[in-house]
Amino acid sequence: MTFPFSAIVGQDEMKLAMLVCAVDSSIGGVLVFGDRGTGKSTAVRALAGLLPKMRAVVGCRYACDPAKAGGGCESCAGLRSGSGGPLRSHLIPVPVVDLPLGATEDRVVGALDLERALTQGVKAFEPGLLARANRGFLYIDEVNLLEDHLVDLLIDVAASGENVVEREGLSVRHPARFVLVGSGNPEEGELRPQLLDRFGLSVEVRTPEDLAARVEVVRRRDAYEQDPAGFVLQWQREENRTRKRILLGRSRLSQVEVPQPARERASQLCMALGTDGLRGDLTLMRTARALAALQGDSCVADSHLRQAAAPSLRHRLRRNPLDDAGSTVRVQRALTELMGSA
Amino acid sequence: MNAAQAAPAEPSQDAALVAALFAVDPAGLGGVALRASADPGRDQWLALVKALLPAGVPLRRIPLHISDSALLGGLDLAATLQAGRPVSQRGVLAQADGGVVMLAMAERLSAATAARLAAVLDCGEVLLERDGLALRQPARLGMVALDEGQEDEEQLPAALLDRLAFHLHLQSGIPESSVYWSRADIEAARLRLPNTGIDAQIVQALCATAQALGVASLRAPLLALRVARAAAALVGEAAASADHATLAARLVLAPRATRLPPPPPPETQPEDADDSAQTPDDMSEPEPTQDASPEPEAGSEGYQALAETVLAATQAAVPAGLLAALQVGQASRARAQTAGRAGAVRKNQNRGRPIGARRGEPRQGARLNVLETLRAAAPWQTLRRLTRAERSSARPAQTGQLRIEVRRDDFHVTKFKQNSQTTTIFVVDASGSSALNRLAEAKGAVELLLADCYVRRDQVAVIAFRDKQAELLLSPTRSLARAKRSLAGLPGGGGTPLASGLDAALTLAQQVQRRGDTPVIVLLTDGRGNIARSGAPGRVQANADAIEAARQIKSAGLTALLLDTSPQAQAMAQALAQAMGAHYLPLPHAGARQLSQAVKAATGASQHGY
Repeated sequence: MTFPFSAIVGQDEMKLAMLVCAVDSSIGGVLVFGDRGTGKSTAVRALAGLLPKMRAVVGCRYACDPAKAGGGCESCAGLRSGSGGPLRSHLIPVPVVDLPLGATEDRVVGALDLERALTQGVKAFEPGLLARANRGFLYIDEVNLLEDHLVDLLIDVAASGENVVEREGLSVRHPARFVLVGSGNPEEGELRPQLLDRFGLSVEVRTPEDLAARVEVVRRRDAYEQDPAGFVLQWQREENRTRKRILLGRSRLSQVEVPQPARERASQLCMALGTDGLRGDLTLMRTARALAALQGDSCVADSHLRQAAAPSLRHRLRRNPLDDAGSTVRVQRALTELMGSA
Repeated sequence: MNAAQAAPAEPSQDAALVAALFAVDPAGLGGVALRASADPGRDQWLALVKALLPAGVPLRRIPLHISDSALLGGLDLAATLQAGRPVSQRGVLAQADGGVVMLAMAERLSAATAARLAAVLDCGEVLLERDGLALRQPARLGMVALDEGQEDEEQLPAALLDRLAFHLHLQSGIPESSVYWSRADIEAARLRLPNTGIDAQIVQALCATAQALGVASLRAPLLALRVARAAAALVGEAAASADHATLAARLVLAPRATRLPPPPPPETQPEDADDSAQTPDDMSEPEPTQDASPEPEAGSEGYQALAETVLAATQAAVPAGLLAALQVGQASRARAQTAGRAGAVRKNQNRGRPIGARRGEPRQGARLNVLETLRAAAPWQTLRRLTRAERSSARPAQTGQLRIEVRRDDFHVTKFKQNSQTTTIFVVDASGSSALNRLAEAKGAVELLLADCYVRRDQVAVIAFRDKQAELLLSPTRSLARAKRSLAGLPGGGGTPLASGLDAALTLAQQVQRRGDTPVIVLLTDGRGNIARSGAPGRVQANADAIEAARQIKSAGLTALLLDTSPQAQAMAQALAQAMGAHYLPLPHAGARQLSQAVKAATGASQHGY
């Protein structure tokens, strides 16, 4: 039983970023960096309880979407040729998979099933965490402490959406599309730019300074610890409301209009900030659209761009030695120059 | 209501109390960061904890460089081969479920191990994804981190410190008189704990105290809350009272204080004193918040009084030396933190201390770890023999049946950890004002330092600035011959674009940091810049730019050394060194030995803590 997402006090930017990714998974995940004891991992784990269930092919090891099961999933192909008929589907919870520090590579990418090899002498593929996270979320706490060879692996899979394993003459290829969520404390070290780039959004969390908010955080946490079931029940209504927002946002997403001026402004902003590559531009647009969908607006406006700019761009800025201002400040400054002050 | 009447903090009395409270709720309170030398006093305290913990509770010791498989668990290879099916082996953490682990020499714990421990404290379970096993094992435990650090810079990793309720500095033994509790008391308290209530006002008071003392993490008031509860349970009360809150604040919040609360209004503002004289403390003041002490909207009389009492008592327990050290050492702390970043420890393919193995091929100098490779191959032997038998069924049985079949997939290479390398970045002022003869001396100084760098196997880089801009003459290299050559060919003359030189140094230093090395900037200049960042001449703007660039170097927490090359020590160069947070050394007086010592001091400091 996890702490309810809706019961998290403050941290609006972090919560919004997660909701936006839940609405549009193509945004590519969230990196949450910030102070200790701000409930970063609480929020990610809470997300698991919040997400609406998804439809998946019964028996598919990678939980494929029945609507898209035509594609190259071997598991689905096997099922189809086995039964001959159409694939059955069921509703399952969206996977939120923890990638713990100290995980070994074989568990991350998958390997031969040791049990079956030993007991039956059979070669069988045992899917790893990447398979389990397909269509869901892959969460790495203390992402900046993750070992380099695992980082390389993630960078590769996150870009291709596919995991390829070759072991013992067995060659397996399976879909691995997941929303990458990382959290960490900047004091523990920085992330490689390549990995940073794989995160669609990045948010900075701080401990609330306001005493009332601090009291509320401690009070809710304590209430949860004293009686988890009661606390979750108490927040159920609020959770349902948030879940409904996600569902509504998803259904509206495709209808949100992105007018040409908004596209131009997004590009101008990225140019003014000198972000590397096109991903910033793309993410900014998608985030603004998801925000509009989430907030019930039919058209992307400046207000959405304004809200989306910092989380989608702040981790893509080149370091500027002439400017010791934080990246958030730089994004805000560029916004003000472009659109005037809010 | 005044601080003097608050309960005095008696460290040796607290030690026994901390042991008792910890024994009541080890998992809830996270644990104790015990700073003490390995002496009988510490043994006495540990024995007390052991005596208080209920019988049969597991106690485990975690050595400093524990491997992941021992810490978290993994495949028990021997049992697996014997049983013919995968058998998992529990790690120390899972073994200690319900009990306590002791972390030996915790001040030297790596950030990576600390993060694993922190995850277990947070979740109360070990999440194992290793060696083909995926398991969740309960691990609700408390930790005693044995910290033998001598200096302030040697400390537990912050991630762990934040999660341990008690930070106890044990300087002497525990007086017999302070041990009030027995194992039976602790067991009774454990039974009472789940039903021990806490008042909403206490939550507020603890949060307010934490904030007034500048304790940012929200784990601190939460831990204090649990300590208050444990204290109430220990003395057999149904709910935590103000006394318990005061105690909890003293034990949990005071050692975490980063500032003293702003002095109460009556002392600073006489008008306010009148106000408070008119309004007795049972009246809430819906006044807009004063600058430093925000008041919660629910300023009920009980809460106000309680918060003040708790704060006063806690404040009295804040060690005076701690705050003084914090105020004075702000700058050096920033640097110490930087040096302690993950960057300071570097993973290298083939040098340094081995820290385990990972799957991979022995390429590019990586060394094959034979033992791990065989371990990886072992479970698959039956399968491989079967496969081969199928394939070669036509051929007669081979004598190679008994050979161990190792495939490429099995290859493991040893991972090494190396002390981070230092890269010394020389930033040389080659302008006209440096005059040609001074430039020659500067080059001489650099050559001296290069010899030192050679001894330490440091890398060096050279940036020169003259005329309008800075130029990277030599990117980081270990080839000292090239460094010498690049300097020898350096022409002098022109303006002094000091700010550009510093900017270039900062950029390079940050690159070096990102690569996991430790940069040290050695700046040789007379400090008389006359070209601004924009490239425009003008002494005033140039100096302002230079000071600003120097501040950025300081705020980046970089180690720097400024060698003043002017014939007489220059005020501007000194100001620059100050802005940079650099050691200042006037070259005319600096002999070869002094120079080398100065750099050693600077680089030695940054290499501290390997």
